[in-house]
Amino acid sequence: MSPRTATRARQRASVLEDRPIQPPALTASGTSRDRIGVRKTYKLYIGGQFPRTESGRSYEVFDARGRLLANACRGTRKDIREAVRAARKAFPGWSKKTAYNRSQILYRIAELMEGRRDQFVAEVRDAQGVSRQRATREVDAAIDRWVWYAGWADKFTQVVGSVNPVNGSYFNFSVPEPTGVVGIIAPEESSLLGLVSRLAPAVVGGNATVVVASESRPLPAVTLTEVLATSDVPGGVVNLVTGLRRELLPSLAGHMDVNALDAFGAAPAEATAVEETAVENVKRVVRPPTDGLARYDWLSDRAQSPYLISDFIEIKTVWHPIGA
Amino acid sequence: MTLTKKPETHPAAASWGLATGKQVPWEYASAPEATDHVTIRPEYGLFIGNEFTASKPKRTFEVINPATEEVLARVARASTADVDRAVKVARGAYSQTWSKLPGSERAKYLYRIARIIQERSREFAVVETLNSGKPIKESRDVDVPLAAAHFFYYAGWADKLDYAFPNRTPRSLGVAAQIIPWNFPLMMLAWKIAPALAAGNTVILKPASTTPLTAYLFADVVRQAELPPGVVNIITGPGEIGMELVRHSDVDKVAFTGSTVVGKMIGRAVAGSHKKLTLELGGKAANIVFDDAPLDQAIEGIINGIYFNQGEVCCAGSRLFVQESVYEPLLDKLKARLSTLRVGDPLDKNTDVGAINSAGQLAKVQELVQSGIDEGAEIFQPECQLPDRGFFFVPTLFTGVSQSHRIAQEEIFGPVLSVLTFRTPDEAIEKANNTPYGLSAGVWTEKGSRIFKMVAAMRAGVVWANTFNRFDPTSPFGGYKESGYGREGGLHGLAAYLRLDA
Repeated sequence: MSPRTATRARQRASVLEDRPIQPPALTASGTSRDRIGVRKTYKLYIGGQFPRTESGRSYEVFDARGRLLANACRGTRKDIREAVRAARKAFPGWSKKTAYNRSQILYRIAELMEGRRDQFVAEVRDAQGVSRQRATREVDAAIDRWVWYAGWADKFTQVVGSVNPVNGSYFNFSVPEPTGVVGIIAPEESSLLGLVSRLAPAVVGGNATVVVASESRPLPAVTLTEVLATSDVPGGVVNLVTGLRRELLPSLAGHMDVNALDAFGAAPAEATAVEETAVENVKRVVRPPTDGLARYDWLSDRAQSPYLISDFIEIKTVWHPIGA
Repeated sequence: MTLTKKPETHPAAASWGLATGKQVPWEYASAPEATDHVTIRPEYGLFIGNEFTASKPKRTFEVINPATEEVLARVARASTADVDRAVKVARGAYSQTWSKLPGSERAKYLYRIARIIQERSREFAVVETLNSGKPIKESRDVDVPLAAAHFFYYAGWADKLDYAFPNRTPRSLGVAAQIIPWNFPLMMLAWKIAPALAAGNTVILKPASTTPLTAYLFADVVRQAELPPGVVNIITGPGEIGMELVRHSDVDKVAFTGSTVVGKMIGRAVAGSHKKLTLELGGKAANIVFDDAPLDQAIEGIINGIYFNQGEVCCAGSRLFVQESVYEPLLDKLKARLSTLRVGDPLDKNTDVGAINSAGQLAKVQELVQSGIDEGAEIFQPECQLPDRGFFFVPTLFTGVSQSHRIAQEEIFGPVLSVLTFRTPDEAIEKANNTPYGLSAGVWTEKGSRIFKMVAAMRAGVVWANTFNRFDPTSPFGGYKESGYGREGGLHGLAAYLRLDA
């Protein structure tokens, strides 16, 4: 085990075990030597609000070098339930917005992320232990990804819909519609770009979502929800729960009012159990790559595709007779 | 065998414009379809590698005619070893021949199959009716032509896959395991096999154990078309054998049409594997009639929606929602029309409603109808003389049904209609969508803007407006919610059998 892997393993273990906390060196969260910084409380995002977890529990989040960054909410099954309820409530409104409107709202997300670019770079650096240059590339790609998907909102239907030349006197067409409430298991490693890459296609398609954030790197995701809250994205369209995946994934996968599950960000070992649970109400499940995400290139253009929108849409076919 | 009407008491007279007490002035003479041109062999083995072979160990089971309860044939009951052999043969055919064949050549095989089905259409129709209990006019005019059309449609895709999915390279998946139900045996075979072969896969098809005969007749089409051995394999056996096939580690694709309960078992069986899965499961469709609908057309649509194929249709319009202001005139017309349905010998060309497919299914229908009575709904059944033998059920409708009744919630899969009412479009939407299913829906109104409102609001994969139960190979079909996922038909149906590489 490399020293770095060992550190990470310890960080994960520390969630449940007593462990001496190192003196915090809170440079990343805005503290300088001559001023005591004002720290941010990282909360859940449910129905457009920022509640703490109903459990009142939290867990420690460390940077790549093992320094404490913050406490994150240790969400529960009840938080997932609240999030699903909020998503279900938001779904009709979001799915009925015009494509032009959805497009502008997604573009607005990019605009507001751009304004917080430095903050996201700092948080991604802390979370992932990457260089400033690498973090900047990831943040820029995440912003650009919203722009890219914003443009799909009013084009996607024309690419995947069809008019069908049936053998008879009927007008027949097929259109994509959102699946409904989509659970998203955010990738564990790529804290921001990975999340945005999975979230944006589900949202642009008109779905309402419940995201389980990366367990070890949840903070950039929470900051993203602060952007969403001010971007004209209606409350409940994106809901985010942080916490321990082994506690949250079964509730999300088993929830009877979740229509689909993006398990692309799950570890292959997690994914099998999640898929089995998801069968109970015939959820559409996107599986992770068989060899996991270790070599997946989130920066690549291949990580964005209209086919990812298709994963969470249903094709509706309509018939009407043609006559006088 | 053929039902004779009892003119004195025939309640349908009014629907022909006759005064009360008048008799319907005619009777239908029996008009049986000839069966002498059809040969059903006494025994069928498994069709693997273009040969019929006995199962190992050799075991068989009976296949009967549900309209007469007579044994039609015995067919092989596959064992685990047989499943393994079928998968090996399908894998061999995939890697050695079929995946190497250019799409243009695959296309010609599929065109051949379509043509042979057309040439032998009456034979297929008769065997289908004998084995399934469905009326000959339906197997002749719907099932068989649609099966041929499906092959014809997908034949043309085989060499055009590169144009189907922009910016992607389509690749076949490999070996497809396909499990189909007993309500449309040949048509479901076509819906499964045609796109699978067009996309370059080889298949193992397991027909339902009560209705394997048209599948084994299709094996003879495969022989005539000189399809390379192993491209199409057909095995028969109970549900456990289907599950063995689904679980087999060398299967790449599973396609299932059937009940939601079994669909979930299959979902669990493939969880965590690389297998691509598509499911077409149950339904409890709402058929919504507004007060401005052309009532006579709507009546035909309602009748077709629920009594077509004895109601053994996953997308059947089994919940009728009638706007309150037209409830009474519509119900009168509906009851009168129901009384004119001819129930009886499926081989009779005048028969509208044939036999229920099996004793087990008949018992299920009876049980649910009893639950409707017990829960307080009001039953209406036209006077109707059923044949002495066979699994028949009188076309039935229930009024006074509430949303919580089992007959409003559960898929009956029989000729049983639940009638409910509504006042406003929003109430209709709320009630129609209040089901875990989402396969199909129907809307009847003359108002265009209302059609589009309703069509958009239905959480269902197929919506028929001012029509019902129409199918076409170019038209994607499949469900929302617990009615399954994936589409069959059209360009969208191709995606179920391809990997789309970036």
